[in-house]
Amino acid sequence: MTTLRTESLDAGAAASTGPRVGVLALQGDFREHAHVLTKLGASVSLVRRPDELDAIEGLVIPGGESTVMDKLSRAYGLAEPLKAAIAAGLPVYGTCAGLIMLADTVLDAIAGQQSLGGLDVVVRRNAFGSQNQSFETDLDIPALGERPVHAVFIRGPVVESVGPRAKALATISDGRVVAVEQGNLLGTSFHPEINGEFRFHEYFLTKVRAAATAA
Amino acid sequence: MTEASVPAPAATSQTGSSRVKRGLAEMLKGGVIMDVVTAEQARIAEDAGAVAVMALERVPADIRAQGGVARMSDPDLIEAIIAEVSIPVMAKARIGHFVEAQVLQALDVDYIDESEVLSPADYVNHIDKWAFNTPFVCGATNLGEALRRINEGAAMIRSKGEAGTGDVSEATKHIRKITSEINALKSMTRDELYVAAKELQAPYELVLEVAETGKLPVVLFTAGGVATPADAAMMMQLGADGVFVGSGIFKSGNPEARAAAVVKATTFYDDPSVIAEVSRGLGEAMVGINVGDLAAPHRLAERGW
Repeated sequence: MTTLRTESLDAGAAASTGPRVGVLALQGDFREHAHVLTKLGASVSLVRRPDELDAIEGLVIPGGESTVMDKLSRAYGLAEPLKAAIAAGLPVYGTCAGLIMLADTVLDAIAGQQSLGGLDVVVRRNAFGSQNQSFETDLDIPALGERPVHAVFIRGPVVESVGPRAKALATISDGRVVAVEQGNLLGTSFHPEINGEFRFHEYFLTKVRAAATAA
Repeated sequence: MTEASVPAPAATSQTGSSRVKRGLAEMLKGGVIMDVVTAEQARIAEDAGAVAVMALERVPADIRAQGGVARMSDPDLIEAIIAEVSIPVMAKARIGHFVEAQVLQALDVDYIDESEVLSPADYVNHIDKWAFNTPFVCGATNLGEALRRINEGAAMIRSKGEAGTGDVSEATKHIRKITSEINALKSMTRDELYVAAKELQAPYELVLEVAETGKLPVVLFTAGGVATPADAAMMMQLGADGVFVGSGIFKSGNPEARAAAVVKATTFYDDPSVIAEVSRGLGEAMVGINVGDLAAPHRLAERGW
């Protein structure tokens, strides 16, 4: 080892025989996602370079700053292979910044900001305002069972419109959409990875398993 | 704020909880937070890939050079920076100056830095940070100081380093100190932890939590003297979750290029070939001051207790 610390996961993260899931590790709370996926039996790896996409059967794009993920994914040659993988059916779950990266259209983006696209939705960044308006709340999401989903929104985006190919999974009390799916793609405005809510990741892993079996 | 007309999300929702406050810091991990003194600099920082900006009237190097009492920035400046960028905006209040913090919360900044870079307003008490909806980041030179700040409600810690010097040695000292003290707790028995809490002058419950989890209960960034991509990568290899760069960017010859290079070196901190590549042709780094040449009264890290 030539460096004092290398970006790696806890021993055992990759040891599972479960589905091979990558977590985009350019910036943000990727370790929290890796932790949840490992607990659920996935074989988890971090993705910062194009060749790290080769071995995975699914990808999570974490929370963080979408403008930073966009710049780094383009600067290091990840954006184009990722777009191709999404088009070819790679299951991808994005939380917050990850949802923005997956949206076909992004409102309130900075000049030149691009998304990977794939989800037929229009997403607005920082839709609730500053950190003072960040909040946590309970959501009813029938697809995940009766027990409400506790959702933490951190300067989160909302889905302003859902195109014909995508489907809304959850809304907040004023009717705005905060979770969507479309085939193998899943996106949430909030962060199940930071409050022990595993059901979205479980739901995502069923997509990953189904896609791997079909392939 | 353009979003002011958006209705409140739900009657049952809660803002300002610990989870929400600490959560924003979680989202900043692996990123670079840059000091900016104008809206133009904020734009450059966002375009270069900063994960947040710190809005200031003077960078620490100028505070150091000009002397005098350093205070919270003009609200007009902070608002101009908030209006310019879409990434989170932080701003500094003096240690113990809870009214400056109230003003910053009213200005809707995303994080308040109770900072030793400004002149302390209270030499006994820090701000009661639980009383605020806006999260706080505080500096620390060691684990006990970090845990005292967390006990007061800090939702993020940055090791202090020596701001405005361009000399990374104090940043190195402080991040190493914090991580080695955490490592020492991990191997202690419960009876030893009572003594450790006494020696760290920190609450036992927080000491126990650190011993059990092997990390602080909040995100830990490094600050103070980071001036090059290699400095940033070194802090990451030493265990930081991310870095603050103060004077190091806009006191250098080519801020745009240096800012982008520090961002890349922070993400690829464990890949010397990337760090080498981004370090090429950045022009002059900030001239800097060796910390050893600073008389003790000019050392900012000693403010706060």
